[in-house]
This record gives sequence, structure tokens and C-alpha cells, in this order.
Amino acid sequence: MNLLETVNLKKYFGDTHAVDDVSLTIAEREFVSLVGPNGAGKTSLVNVISALLPSDSGKILFKGEDITHASVTDRVKAGIARSFQIVNLFDDLTAFDNVTLAIFSRQGKTTNLTALAHLDHAVSAEADTILGQFNLVGKRNERARDLSQGERKLLDVALAYALRPKLLFLDEPTSGVSTRDKGQIMDTIASVVRGEGITAVIVEHDMDVVFKYSNRIVVMQQGAILAQGTPDEIKNNDQVAMVLLGSSGPDAFTRKD
Amino acid sequence: MSKNASRTGPSTPLIVACVIPILVVLMALPRFVDVYQIQLFTYGLIYAIAALGFNLLLGYTGLLSFGHSAYFGLGAYSAAFLVRYFGIGSIEVYILFGLLVTGLISAAFGYVCVRHTRIFFGILTLALSQVLWTLAYKFFWVTGGTDGLRVAFANLTLLGGLIDFKGRNAYQSFVQSYYYYVLFLFCVCTLLMWVIVHSPFGKALQAIRDNETRAQFLGIPIRRYRWLAFLLSGSFTGLAGILWVPLNGLVTPDILYWPFSGEIVFMTVLGGFRTFSGPIVGAIVFNYLKVYAVASTAYWQFMLGAVLLVLVLALPTGIVGTLARQFGKFRKRG
Repeated sequence: MNLLETVNLKKYFGDTHAVDDVSLTIAEREFVSLVGPNGAGKTSLVNVISALLPSDSGKILFKGEDITHASVTDRVKAGIARSFQIVNLFDDLTAFDNVTLAIFSRQGKTTNLTALAHLDHAVSAEADTILGQFNLVGKRNERARDLSQGERKLLDVALAYALRPKLLFLDEPTSGVSTRDKGQIMDTIASVVRGEGITAVIVEHDMDVVFKYSNRIVVMQQGAILAQGTPDEIKNNDQVAMVLLGSSGPDAFTRKD
Repeated sequence: MSKNASRTGPSTPLIVACVIPILVVLMALPRFVDVYQIQLFTYGLIYAIAALGFNLLLGYTGLLSFGHSAYFGLGAYSAAFLVRYFGIGSIEVYILFGLLVTGLISAAFGYVCVRHTRIFFGILTLALSQVLWTLAYKFFWVTGGTDGLRVAFANLTLLGGLIDFKGRNAYQSFVQSYYYYVLFLFCVCTLLMWVIVHSPFGKALQAIRDNETRAQFLGIPIRRYRWLAFLLSGSFTGLAGILWVPLNGLVTPDILYWPFSGEIVFMTVLGGFRTFSGPIVGAIVFNYLKVYAVASTAYWQFMLGAVLLVLVLALPTGIVGTLARQFGKFRKRG
């Protein structure tokens, strides 16, 4: 069954067609990569689906329901969560508090102002489990602003994950981290996402990462979908290779030149 | 250190170790100082309640209100109206009615103000407080205009009429009893605020302060939470206004005027708005500072201005923020 479906979705900024007539379906438990050159509209598409930006026209269906005009809060409640390309955390709160907040919000407990947050042992235990899953246990009591870039990237994903979403958008989860840390971060994310059966859509530039982790790849160019298919199909698509690499041929993606 | 201790705040045993001796000293204070000093300190405690309320918005929600004189003044005028038009002397009635009025008005004002943030929020709060000031100033046949309204302590009763102030040494006994009354409410307010800022709701406010976009993407309805914070903040400050008026004996439109909003900001910044106890310390210190500045020089505004300048340049984290940092360094070294 399709978890998410966009129908003729459009978002224009003046003459720039950031999202141009995009009809995309995402099935449950897929791990989809959104790729394309800079300015192809990948992040814009994620922004429109997650309600950071309103769409100009078209429809968004989630679990068969029209959510085109639903607020951010309603979409989060329905089960759509996201991380951000430029890390978005609560910098003055500890890593632990960042995660507990997501859990409190999911459980509808943030309206409670007469109980002490740290005495909710169920939430604390869950937060510690999540920090463990993302290898952040040692950083539990560090403020988010004091974490390294790689740790901040992981915490950003951990926050979205703590909402227990059905559909998780990850906007460049490894941008700005060293090549060595990249693999580690992606392994961590992939194991959590696969383990919990979460449907994930990841925006990524590194084609090695894309080919290694995705079931399906969607290539965007100038706001529209250029091609989509399995990693093997995309590897052998000359048109895609031209757009992404500027050269084509049978081994375009593996050639190191 | 307990499992849940976090680096961003002192641990619970440390808080208890600090609070108990302070409470003992405050309880015993009237035995050691004269009536004037008690009165002065009571003012300090009342301003501390106002600043605590104000800081829920500034320190915890990241909204700088420049119109908190409105809620302080509303509390004060509500009590004064009860005296003037209904001859009521019970402080508990003042508190119930005053909280109702400040709650309703801060809900209405807050509804308008939280649609904006940053400078726009500040300007809106300022403008709305000035509307109230104008009303108090112009509708003199209701509010007494610049002459104000008197609230004499002689007609006041505490604890539903159990304590009144008639006969010999009435003023002295009023100041003493009122000190304990205010001290009790101050403790209640402080405890209540401490729970609020450490509750899931308080954490959500801090999240909104740090990053409103991300808070939204965790499913937190940010505008509604800011509104609720505004309502709570206004009500705390309103309670301070209610408690202030019998001690002061008179309410005039000055208390609604913008310089008083500025004083609330000053107190909070002086103590340190990024700490829980900052506004309390700031309010008490500011009260002494102002009283002594006014008593010692005709240019007291100049003196307070100089203090503010030094504060912003040398101690941007305020008294408590600076002390906490020094204490932290000391502990690391030791």
C-alpha cells in the first residue's frame, strides 16, 4: 500500500520552478533516496510535504488521506517526521532533554505543567534507549551546542525518530561530516530505520551512500522527476549519469577520474 | 550526582542545601531588623514575584515583554477598586478578583501579542500597557486620575478576617504580619514557577525559545504555548501588583506607565534572566539600589543608568549568572 502520494505537486518561487508537477508515490517500508544536482528541488519537495512550505497546487495524500492543507503539528501527529539539512536542535538543552521533549510531545504530555519532567521514569528510560541506539549515551548530559557536528547530525535524526514516525524524511544527514564518520552515521541510521520498519526518504549527494542504502532512487532535475528506479537501474541510466556526473558510460558511477 | 542531574542546572541536594538556611534567615528577619527594613524587604519580595512571572516569558520562552507594568497595575487597581467601590478589606478577595482580572486581560493581550515575536512582540506589549495607562490617567472620575486610589492598611484583613490591624502599634503589626503573608505567597509562587519551568510544558517553552521551527516539527503548537506562558506570566505579575497595593497604601497611574515595565526588565537582567533565581535576586537588589539611589542623590536615574551600563558591559549574565560561573570554576579547581 502507498504510504505517501503526491499528485501534480507544484511550488514556484517567482520564475524558479522548485517543485514542478511532481507525482511521486512512496510505499511502506521503502528506503528512498532523492538525488539531483544542487537546486534540483529535493529539499523544496521535502519542505512542501512536511509543511514547512505551503504548496502552490497539487495534492498530498498520506495513508490515503488528503493532508495538503494540514498544519505541521497535524502532519507530525499523523506520523510524518523530518530532520534538517542545517542541524536544528534545542541548543541550550541537553541531548537527553532534546530527546525527552520529542517523547513528551508524542505522548501529548507537553501540556502538563504540574509534574516534574525528570520524574517521568518511563520517558527517561525511553530517551536513554534512543540515545543508545544513536551512540549518544556518553553525551547524554552535554548541551546540544557542545556536541560535534557528527553527533549533532545524529541527535537531529534521533529527535525525529523519537516521534515514532511512519514516514521519516532525512535531509542530508551526513552533510558537513568527515568521510570516515559518514559511513558510521549512515550505518546507525539505517539499522534503526530498518529495525523499526520505518519508511525513510533521504536527500543525499554522496552516490556511494545512495547506492548502498536505498531500495529505490528518485532523480530530480529543475523541480521535476527525471528518473526513478532501483540502484542498478539508476546506475545504468545514461541520462542520469549525464545530469549527476556530467559524463556517461557503463561504469560512470564507479569510475574514479 | 544523581542519574538525572544535568549540566545545565544545579542538582537537587545543592538547591535544598541553599534554600533551607535562606528560609530560616527570612523567617527570623523581623526579630533583627526594624519596621522600615522589613517593609523594604517586603517590597523586594513582591517585585521578585513580578520578575519571576516576567522571566517565564523572557528567560524561558524567549519573548521580551516591555509592557509588564500593565499586569502589575491591573492587579493593584483591581484591589483598589474593591476598596473604593465595595469597601472590601479582605486581601484574599483582592487576590481572587485581581487574579481573575489580570488573567482575563493578559489572556486577551497575549492573544494579540504572541502572533509576533522579537521587537514586534515587545512593541505590542508596550503599546497595550500604554492603553491601560491612558485609561487610568484620563478616566479620573473612576480611577482617581493622578491622585490615584487609596488602600489603607487600617481596613485590611488577612486570612479571611482572622487578622486585622486596629488599635495601638497597628502599623507595626501590619508590617510584620504582612511580611509573613507575602513571604508565604512568595514561597508558593517560587515553588510553583520552579515546577512549571521543570515540567514537560516548561521544557517545551525552552524548546520554543531555542528553535521554534524544530519545536513545531516535534508537534508542539508554539503559538498556543506562548499564549499560555503569557497568561501565566501576566498572572504572576498581577499577583505582585495585588500584594503591592496595601503595602504602598496608594495606587497611581505611574505603576502602569512604561518606565515601570523597564524596571521589571532591569531587575530581571540585573539578577540574570538565564537562571531561575536571577529575577528574585535581581528584584531584591534593585529595590535596595533604587531606594538608596533616590535617598542619596537627586540624580538617581543617572546612577541607575550607570549601573545598567556596567551590568550590560561587564556582567551580561547578571549577578546570579556570574556567581554561578565563578562557583563552577571553583568546583572544577577544587
